[in-house]
Amino acid sequence: MTVSDVIVIGGGIVGSAIARQLAGADLSVLLLEARDDIGDGTSKANTSLLHTGFDATPGTLESRLVARGYHLLGEYAQQTGIPVERTGALLVAWTDDERDLLPRLKEKAERNSYHACEIVGADEIYRRVPHLGPGALAGLTVPGEAIICTWTTNLALAIDAVGRGAQLRRSTQVLSATVGADHTTLSTTRGEVSGRWIINAAGLGADHLDAAFGYRRFTVTPRRGELLVFDKLARPLVPCIVLAVPSAVGKGVLISPTIYGNVMVGPTSEDLGDRTATGTSEAGFDFLLAKGRALMPTLFDDEITASYAGLRAAIDRSDYLIELDGDQRYVLVGGIRSTGLTAGMAIGEHVAGLLAEAGLATRSRSELPPPPQMPNLGEVGGRPYQDSSRIAADPEYGRVVCFCERVTAGEIRDAFQTLIPPVDFDGLRRRTRALNGRCQGFYCSAAIACELESRT
Amino acid sequence: MTGVRQVAVAIVGGGPAGLTAAATLAPVVDGEVLVIERETHTGGIPCYSDHLGYGIGDLRRFMSGPAYAQRLSDRARDAGAVLTTEAMVTEWAGPHRLAVTSPAGRQIVEADAVVLATGARERPRAARLIPGDRPDGVYTTGALQQMVHRHHRPVGTRALIVGAELVSWSAVLTLREAGCTPVAMTTVYPHSEAYAAFRIPGKLLIRGPVLGRTRLVSITGKDRVEAAVVENLDTGRRITIDCDTVVFTGDWIPDHELARSGELAMDPATRGPVVDTGLRTSRPGVFAVGNLLHPVDTAAGAALDGRRVGAAVQSWLQERRHNTAGVRLRTDAPLRWVTPQLIPADDHPREDLRFWVDAYVRMPKLLAVQDNRVIGSTRTLWPAAPGRIYRAPWTLVSGADPTGGEVTISLR
Repeated sequence: MTVSDVIVIGGGIVGSAIARQLAGADLSVLLLEARDDIGDGTSKANTSLLHTGFDATPGTLESRLVARGYHLLGEYAQQTGIPVERTGALLVAWTDDERDLLPRLKEKAERNSYHACEIVGADEIYRRVPHLGPGALAGLTVPGEAIICTWTTNLALAIDAVGRGAQLRRSTQVLSATVGADHTTLSTTRGEVSGRWIINAAGLGADHLDAAFGYRRFTVTPRRGELLVFDKLARPLVPCIVLAVPSAVGKGVLISPTIYGNVMVGPTSEDLGDRTATGTSEAGFDFLLAKGRALMPTLFDDEITASYAGLRAAIDRSDYLIELDGDQRYVLVGGIRSTGLTAGMAIGEHVAGLLAEAGLATRSRSELPPPPQMPNLGEVGGRPYQDSSRIAADPEYGRVVCFCERVTAGEIRDAFQTLIPPVDFDGLRRRTRALNGRCQGFYCSAAIACELESRT
Repeated sequence: MTGVRQVAVAIVGGGPAGLTAAATLAPVVDGEVLVIERETHTGGIPCYSDHLGYGIGDLRRFMSGPAYAQRLSDRARDAGAVLTTEAMVTEWAGPHRLAVTSPAGRQIVEADAVVLATGARERPRAARLIPGDRPDGVYTTGALQQMVHRHHRPVGTRALIVGAELVSWSAVLTLREAGCTPVAMTTVYPHSEAYAAFRIPGKLLIRGPVLGRTRLVSITGKDRVEAAVVENLDTGRRITIDCDTVVFTGDWIPDHELARSGELAMDPATRGPVVDTGLRTSRPGVFAVGNLLHPVDTAAGAALDGRRVGAAVQSWLQERRHNTAGVRLRTDAPLRWVTPQLIPADDHPREDLRFWVDAYVRMPKLLAVQDNRVIGSTRTLWPAAPGRIYRAPWTLVSGADPTGGEVTISLR
């Protein structure tokens, strides 16, 4: 059996970023994903914000990696075409207590080395977001906050990893680990694999996997976040991200434009026992409707296009838990909450640094393939259906298949021709936006089902 | 851009309303009448309703949906209209200019008159906020019918139908054809009121109850639908229905994206554009027909708009006058909306008013009031029922003072 230098377990953003980083050195990397597709766990359903890290706890690893990741991912997005919209954010205080917290939040941002926040009054809030519901007292601006496509980010990192020589195996769940003298053998649902180093980036399953290495250091509690997505026609109502003042309970409900041109309200925050409970709930909807109507009543004149629930891998620690065990040649990358989208590439760097300290050669190769060029899933920045020269060169880019999201037959074909093609409806959605629109498949789901069947 | 294509009339949407408008206008208009359809074929929703019941109201024939769609397409083409398919109008490029994407390229269509006939769609599960898992086996009627009639794919064995509108029975017929048993129907209304004619045959088609005064609460099943929970609105009692398929029917919303992005005056009640009796929108030279205006009438009801818009379009092309002023019609509950919404001073229509109602009224009496004065009242011999258009004669409001205030129509 071949022994990989490193096996990364978990094809979410964090695992993909680590695999990409390590595949850039002279190392053989195997990336394992338990689910049928990469990015199908916690990474697919977060709030898709590129965070400055202004509200992290100063001095933590999370604070440092989010700040670093913000720049790394921002640059990488420019190279690869991951859509980013630099909308900025406005954190709004609705009560006197919340208003009193604003100076402390500004100070905290500065301790996180973020110096662009400003406290603004109600007039300025309503000038920036005229449709905000009544009662806003004051706010804090965070001009660097941005929206990003989490799906494209995950896919770009994983494709880049594969392009650099990493091997990806999907539908491969790790069942147990046997640590040997110079390599570890993992028993998976698709047979055994061996690697010298094992990186645990298993998200919701990270604590179980950690136990296979003899640890009992943390517990993952899936935290369900439900979100409502509004029709694109509502997008002009929300020019920037509108954040709530964080409290002991969490970051609160935000209203945000989405990179696909919609508006999002959420998330709820509910700790669960079931690690597969991605269903939405009556209570969640009731909460979001009440909260959303108070935040922006006019939003509800428009249609809700979609609702979904994501799980965050909350742990019983207040920081990322990244630890290297030299004896077992094992690295735990746990407790990466929703900030992991932003921090992912910095986590990759950090893990490579830990491995180098432990004696693994992780120097970058001199000749790396160029980063992948990702199709633009963003609403701004031009899409194939608008591009006359592209359509002239290839009429398939003029054949609109999904009307609501304006996805063309050419883009669907292209998705199947990438290094990591989709295997199901959801995978196709995340690669093209097809079926994500206001009709939710009234027009195109049948045709796309046939397309998918013929290609997979 | 591949270039600018000049036409006399651009019709956006090749369903019954758009095709009938094309057939009406092509013989009488100088210049090209162009129908722009985004699907691979013209005909609209009837293309997928492969059962009898079409053509009676407009073509005086009894035919299947696909045959009807074909017939309307042929008539438009024979009349001299140009039908383009796989061509999607993505945005306005000027007051009468449309940006169109098709495999032939990206093009601007500049028209002397634009007729919007973009139709309506059913609200999907998400817009109805039905919580639960997201398994396979959840459809709208539209998706179901494409799946069965166009792609010949299996859809399950036991279906719950959500809604009891006219279209719901179309879904039942499709399910039967696909070998899927409709096991129950849930509706918030006391009875299945779509059409009295469906009550008896309906009993034969559904292997289970029509659950009046109920709502769907949630769907369970990880990969495939396993059950659905339905709640009685009066008692709060919940029952679980064993099914592997859920079809969301009716609850229509106009496909109004183009109308809204063109900043046409919109009616918050229909969610379509406001039109006058000539089907003129608030933008001169832009007209609207079909279920974009009244979600939803029958295919024939939509088609008749296409015939009706002809006169106003012609007069616009000749005189370039477009009077958008008029007396506004509004409704009181249980009337949800009325269309057309405006009576211009110079028009004497003979068409019906179309309403949507939220309660069943067996012997309706309508009252029209303008400036605290009753200007008309009428009874209809037919009931007003949720889930389908209710029509009343225009004479109800023909006494309106063109210089007066809004007219409010109520129902008792």
